[in-house]
Amino acid sequence: MTGLAEYELHEGEGGAVLALTGPYLVSSIGAVDEDLRSLEGDIAQVDLSGVSEIDTVGAWMACHIATRHNATITGASERAQRLLGALEGMDSEEQIAAPRLPVWSRVPEAMGEKVFNARTGVYGVLSFLGSLILATWSLLRNPRRFRMVALVRQAELVGVSALPIIGLMSFLIGIVIAQQGAVQLAQFGAETLTINLVGRITLRELGVLMTAIMVAGRSGSAFAAQLGTMKLTEEVDAMRTIGIAPMEALVIPRIMAAVLMMPLLGFYASCMAIIGGAVIGDVILGIPFWTFLSRIQEVVPTYDLWVGLIKAPVFGLIIGLAGCYHGLQVRGNSEEVGIRTTMAVVSAIFAVIVLDAFFAVFFTELGWG
Amino acid sequence: MSEEENAFHHHARYRGDYPIVVEGLTNRFGEITVHEDLDLKVQRGEILGVVGGSGTGKSVLMRSIIGLQTPNAGDVRVFDKSIIEAEPDEEIGVRDRWGVLFQGGALFSTLTVGENVEVPLKQFYPEISDELRHEIARYKVLLSGLPEEAVSKYPSELSGGMKKRAGLARALALDPELLFLDEPTAGLDPIGAAAFDRLTRELKETLGLTVFLITHDLDTLHEICDRVAVLADRKVIAVDTVPNLMDLDHPWIQEYFNGPRGRAALTAQALDELRKHMDLPIAEHAVKALDNASSSKDKA
Repeated sequence: MTGLAEYELHEGEGGAVLALTGPYLVSSIGAVDEDLRSLEGDIAQVDLSGVSEIDTVGAWMACHIATRHNATITGASERAQRLLGALEGMDSEEQIAAPRLPVWSRVPEAMGEKVFNARTGVYGVLSFLGSLILATWSLLRNPRRFRMVALVRQAELVGVSALPIIGLMSFLIGIVIAQQGAVQLAQFGAETLTINLVGRITLRELGVLMTAIMVAGRSGSAFAAQLGTMKLTEEVDAMRTIGIAPMEALVIPRIMAAVLMMPLLGFYASCMAIIGGAVIGDVILGIPFWTFLSRIQEVVPTYDLWVGLIKAPVFGLIIGLAGCYHGLQVRGNSEEVGIRTTMAVVSAIFAVIVLDAFFAVFFTELGWG
Repeated sequence: MSEEENAFHHHARYRGDYPIVVEGLTNRFGEITVHEDLDLKVQRGEILGVVGGSGTGKSVLMRSIIGLQTPNAGDVRVFDKSIIEAEPDEEIGVRDRWGVLFQGGALFSTLTVGENVEVPLKQFYPEISDELRHEIARYKVLLSGLPEEAVSKYPSELSGGMKKRAGLARALALDPELLFLDEPTAGLDPIGAAAFDRLTRELKETLGLTVFLITHDLDTLHEICDRVAVLADRKVIAVDTVPNLMDLDHPWIQEYFNGPRGRAALTAQALDELRKHMDLPIAEHAVKALDNASSSKDKA
């Protein structure tokens, strides 16, 4: 059956009568909703005798009109009366959306909140680092509590399974550096310096930096999302009550895996980039592949390798720390997991790049220029 | 049919006898057969309780009926429309006529309670003005027995019992004819559970609902269910009123209704009945006697 909700206003005894006809249901009320609301003038009676079907929405509408015009409801069927009775006293002015401040106070407030959050965030990460050190210390005194299996598993996830993507990425970066470098250096007739360029920049800077960004995106986000979900499902609380410290069982294996895998991945990335450069050298510059590789040994000082390898575990620590810290900060709802994962990745990459600048100055001052 | 008529086309209320008909339902998960050739009919206007031990497929049965689980065989008809033949998300004109309360409430965690109630309204009836939609959301929340302030709260700010009520408000958003409740009183304190039972009963009577209710709660069965379906041996082995079921000679049914908890629920029910007639002199003695009997039984 299809019908339309309709209404008619006519004069009756004691004033105007609003006669509602047809079905007054949630599915049909949209047609008359606006019109009924904008009715002007006095209405003495709301006549429901022509209503074929009614649900709470229809009854609500009738109630609403009756209250607004101070009218009485007549001709209600038994069902309509029951519904009207149930809706009595259900008026409410409560806002549906969560309360929101006006723009001029909301924006400064959000700004202030950001500043405070940044401060508590720094405190939070530092105290997290502190408890990590304490947990590591107590683990060193009770090495039997150390979770080797978890560490190996995490090392596999962070390191081994990242090999293909990091290898491909570094190889391509090596190609780009060699190719672009050769174009520029050719202007001075110094194409052979391409070897120095590729060798030094990958071992010193790009190999480790790009790897750190990749690991932050792959593993830092995974740490945050996984720990965050465990936090939401109360798994972390369950561990605590059983007497397992989440720091030992969850955080240390992950951070250790990141610290241990970063230098290996960074070195691997540098090697792949050099191979990429050597391929381009062979194809475009006419430097034979093996000559390119043996020249690397001569033009790249050993301390360039050390610069890369010293930075790598620090970057790993930052990535692991940011991932685990933000994961364990999740509370409330699933949206928070997403927010915290984003924060983990963004803050890790940001911190890595800032620290990298410090390292650059530091090592140059040391004379490792 | 003109376009306008089409836009505001609505369903007449179901007038048949059996809004839910399940025939020959078979559900298998790998090696495990949960249901085999299961039949069940739900009468219009009743509260049907569904009981069964853990793993007998009560939730699977509900998921089959509401189209979340495609069975291996059999047919499920809701309002005489087959759920099985329809694609999982295809519109077959029944989804706006039922409301489902999942066990944990399944509220959308990024929306306030009021916004949660508005979701089905927006989905099915976008023509309803914002003003009316807000009003509907508000009174549905109040109708579910939540305080006014709950409307603008997020699910994470609510207690377990309040989440269930908020879930109920969302299930009632479209004034459904059919209400599915999956263990509504599980995890509630006895007072909250009793209040929820009363609410279910009241809503059923005022709104003219048919209720499909999965429960473990014996008090719920005694208090509000018109009939109870017992799931065992991969089938519905009996559908009847509680007193009639208790006379049946099936080991699981006997264990369930006549075990210690079953008897306690029954005594409580009898005491309640008697207290209603407290002004009769004879009843007072009977209540005392029953009270003593049950407390001495507890001690023993």
